[in-house]
Amino acid sequence: MESLTLSDVEQKYYSDLFVYCDTDNTKKVASNGRVLDLFRAAQLPSEVVLQITELCGATRLGHFGRSQFYIALKLIAIAQSGLPLRVESLNSVKDLPLPRFVVGKNEAEARHAALYQDTDSQGLYSSSGSGVIPRPPGRGHQNKKGPPSSSSVPVHEVIQPLAPTIEPQPDSTSPVVSPHQSPPTSPHSWRKHKRQPSGGNTDRQPVVSAAGAVWTQFRETQTGPVSGDGMWSSHSPPPTVQESWVSFTADTPPSSALPAMHPSSVQESTTIRTVASAAMTNEIQRQSSGYDDPWKITDEQRQYYINQFKTIQPDLNGFIPGSAAKEFFTKSKLPILELSHIWELSDFDKDGALTLDEFCAAFHLVVARKNGYDLPEKLPESLMPKLIDLDDSAEVPEPTTDVGYSGSPVEVTPNKSPSMPSLNQTWPEMNQSNEWETFSERSSSSQTLTQFDSNIAPADPDTAIVHPVPIRMTPSKIHMQEMELKRTGSDHNHPTSPLLAKPPELPEEAKLTASMKFVAANTGGDGYSSSDSFTSDQEPITRQRSQSGTSPEALKVVAPPPPPPRPHPSHSRSSSLDMNRTFAAGSATGQQQPATVAYPPAVPPRPLPTQTSGSHAGHRGEAEGVSGGGAVLTTTSPQQIPQQPNFADFSQFQAFAASEQPSSLPEVDKHSETGQVDKSSEGAGPLRTVKSDSQAEDRASATVSTAKGSSGPLAPPPKPVRRRLKSEDELRPEDEQHGPQKSNLIAAVLATQPSIPRSIGKDKKAIQASIRRNKETNTVLARLNSELQQQLKDLLEERISLEVQLEQLRPFSHL
Amino acid sequence: MAVCIAVIAKENYPLYIRSVPTQNELKFHYTVHTSLDVVEEKISAVGKAMADQRELYLGLLYPTEDYKVYGYVTNSKVKFVIVVDSSNTSLRDNEIRSMFRKLHNSFTDVMCNPFYNPGDPIQSKAFDGIVSGMMVQPS
Repeated sequence: MESLTLSDVEQKYYSDLFVYCDTDNTKKVASNGRVLDLFRAAQLPSEVVLQITELCGATRLGHFGRSQFYIALKLIAIAQSGLPLRVESLNSVKDLPLPRFVVGKNEAEARHAALYQDTDSQGLYSSSGSGVIPRPPGRGHQNKKGPPSSSSVPVHEVIQPLAPTIEPQPDSTSPVVSPHQSPPTSPHSWRKHKRQPSGGNTDRQPVVSAAGAVWTQFRETQTGPVSGDGMWSSHSPPPTVQESWVSFTADTPPSSALPAMHPSSVQESTTIRTVASAAMTNEIQRQSSGYDDPWKITDEQRQYYINQFKTIQPDLNGFIPGSAAKEFFTKSKLPILELSHIWELSDFDKDGALTLDEFCAAFHLVVARKNGYDLPEKLPESLMPKLIDLDDSAEVPEPTTDVGYSGSPVEVTPNKSPSMPSLNQTWPEMNQSNEWETFSERSSSSQTLTQFDSNIAPADPDTAIVHPVPIRMTPSKIHMQEMELKRTGSDHNHPTSPLLAKPPELPEEAKLTASMKFVAANTGGDGYSSSDSFTSDQEPITRQRSQSGTSPEALKVVAPPPPPPRPHPSHSRSSSLDMNRTFAAGSATGQQQPATVAYPPAVPPRPLPTQTSGSHAGHRGEAEGVSGGGAVLTTTSPQQIPQQPNFADFSQFQAFAASEQPSSLPEVDKHSETGQVDKSSEGAGPLRTVKSDSQAEDRASATVSTAKGSSGPLAPPPKPVRRRLKSEDELRPEDEQHGPQKSNLIAAVLATQPSIPRSIGKDKKAIQASIRRNKETNTVLARLNSELQQQLKDLLEERISLEVQLEQLRPFSHL
Repeated sequence: MAVCIAVIAKENYPLYIRSVPTQNELKFHYTVHTSLDVVEEKISAVGKAMADQRELYLGLLYPTEDYKVYGYVTNSKVKFVIVVDSSNTSLRDNEIRSMFRKLHNSFTDVMCNPFYNPGDPIQSKAFDGIVSGMMVQPS
């Protein structure tokens, strides 16, 4: 059987007829008896009827399936219009009038035909305007037509009943329509009658049932005869529908009462119809041409559905699980079978859950059903969730006009308001496809993000200046480094500093140191000017360093992370120190160590506090936190002071001072800050010496002071050099002078190393030599640093114990 | 093209039976019933290797002179039985497999429907549609 394309009107009509013939209520097969009667009523010669049956394939099948039935009807229409019966003509004939059936049992059909025609012509579809579920074709119009007409078509008790509800319409036509009310009735149902959900059509059929009851009610209320189509026209706009069915009241009761009324009303309407039908016919033809998709959802409906969706699932992009949906829709009191069918239609992706689109479609179908519209066999296009934006959700063939099976949509006829048309376009926005797409987008974006990260991640250690490492460095640091680099000219001298930090990363470190040196140099030059910036940066730097410094062990090597090679103390500019500081932030672990170590463990302050407490008060502040411990330590264990990195720093510093001011300053500073690390880096020697001197904290302090003194002049210069580091270091050393120890150490370290030539342009050899030395110093200092750290810990413990003792003693004192 | 398609539940009661020439229903019901024994036999045959992936498609269960019966069982012990007319140019095995696959898919869709209680007769129109598509068109 070729596929049949029916107009909406036709579909509706045929569907009604089919329902009428579907006495077995199977919805699949039109009983032969009824069908044959119907065909007879078409007043066609019997051979034509036979031919039709053959053509439609019923003979082959042995029964009239829906499609066969539709085809047969169409063929009847073709035959009635005098065209030759051809299968091809099924789809080719346009504007075919609906088949007309003569009275008799089939009066209803006839009336329907008339009705349909009329209504069609009247443009039923537009009647509703509000976009309510489209009324069955023709019905509304018929109503409008008004001519109560005495039913041009002989009364047909059967179907009528529904018509009446349509108020305005002149029922004449409507009655005709009513026969297959089932669809038409839906408008009524909208009215708030809960129609029996079950098998709307069949129910409606006067023959069968109850559904009519609701309608009849309408009828009663209406005017009675005319009403038939009135129902349609009156159909309440969607909102009503919503209200009505939302309440989900029991719909059966009314229906039961109604049937009785049917017959009478039917008759009335029938008469009316017959009169009107003739008139209608013309109109119907006119009508048939334009109608909207009956299944479109109006905006109000949509909004309502969305609200309902929210009550179940607040996330509009989420799913409603099947069980929740089941409960929800069960409230509609539709039979499970129908709900099951609705679910099948609306769960587009067959995932057992409803997205917003699917939910709206399902809801809409439920509403339609409750209003008496038959469920379509396939999901109407307008209800299809746009799962995939670009795809033509093409699985569902244009539903309404498609093959016979989609009868119900036709019934629903377009009356949906013209406003609907654009709804489909709006759907895509809500589709899951959007969600899906967004998912993909998100994923892709995340990928891109990660890529970026990865790109950034591999810090290029070789870069001389800012390392890949988390660039903690503040701009000033960087600047400082640059300055240092510039100043030192060649990083040769300072390569050690970076080297200090990380022997393995010498190259980078070298660069770093170089940079630092330059910076230092620059700072030296600019010094004062930049110092300010340094100071400002110091704070953050300090913090940073302190943070990084928390890991003492790292100090030594400086390096876990790149560059900030901890310039060993020997580096004059302490480019290493500076670097350390600057880079320390970055690497956090390495460089900071020396500097940071100073902070957290407050080692640096140790030596200093005692001496420089006064002077350093200012800076202490910042280093307080860091060096708090140190300070305490200093108080408690003077001996350890010398071990403080600060101490070392200072020594270096002094050495620096001796060798070259700028560099020394930075170094000193650095050392003071990094303390241990620097010292260690510089060389175990100096540190060791420092340690040995630890006992002589005074000495340390002295050195510190001296360092201070020396550093005094240097301080300013160094500051600029090391910007960040220096600022901290300088501050500290200057203020707190972390310690004479540091300075001692520094000095010692510095001494051990060839004064790191500020001049950047040293001979290569010298540079290399210094590099080597620096490296050695680095390692030494690193070791020293670790040792100092250990000592620091011990000291801290001692302090604690002492404090405890003190407390224990105290109470006694009170006694 | 099948002549009869049946879906049997785990407890061996029918969930769905559809025969094309409606008048032969009784005969087909009987055939399907007897084929269940064969299905059970095949299922239990893999007894030891329970963990093994049991072949869902059971193949030809039972040929008679008139027709052939094919079986397919899902992992949840729901059985599909297809009766094919022997006079039909024998359908290739692959075709039968694809028919079962389609059946299985639409059965899954039916299961997904929250309104469907497992164990109820299948009344889904979509399922019917699929089945009808696979059945021989009566002439």
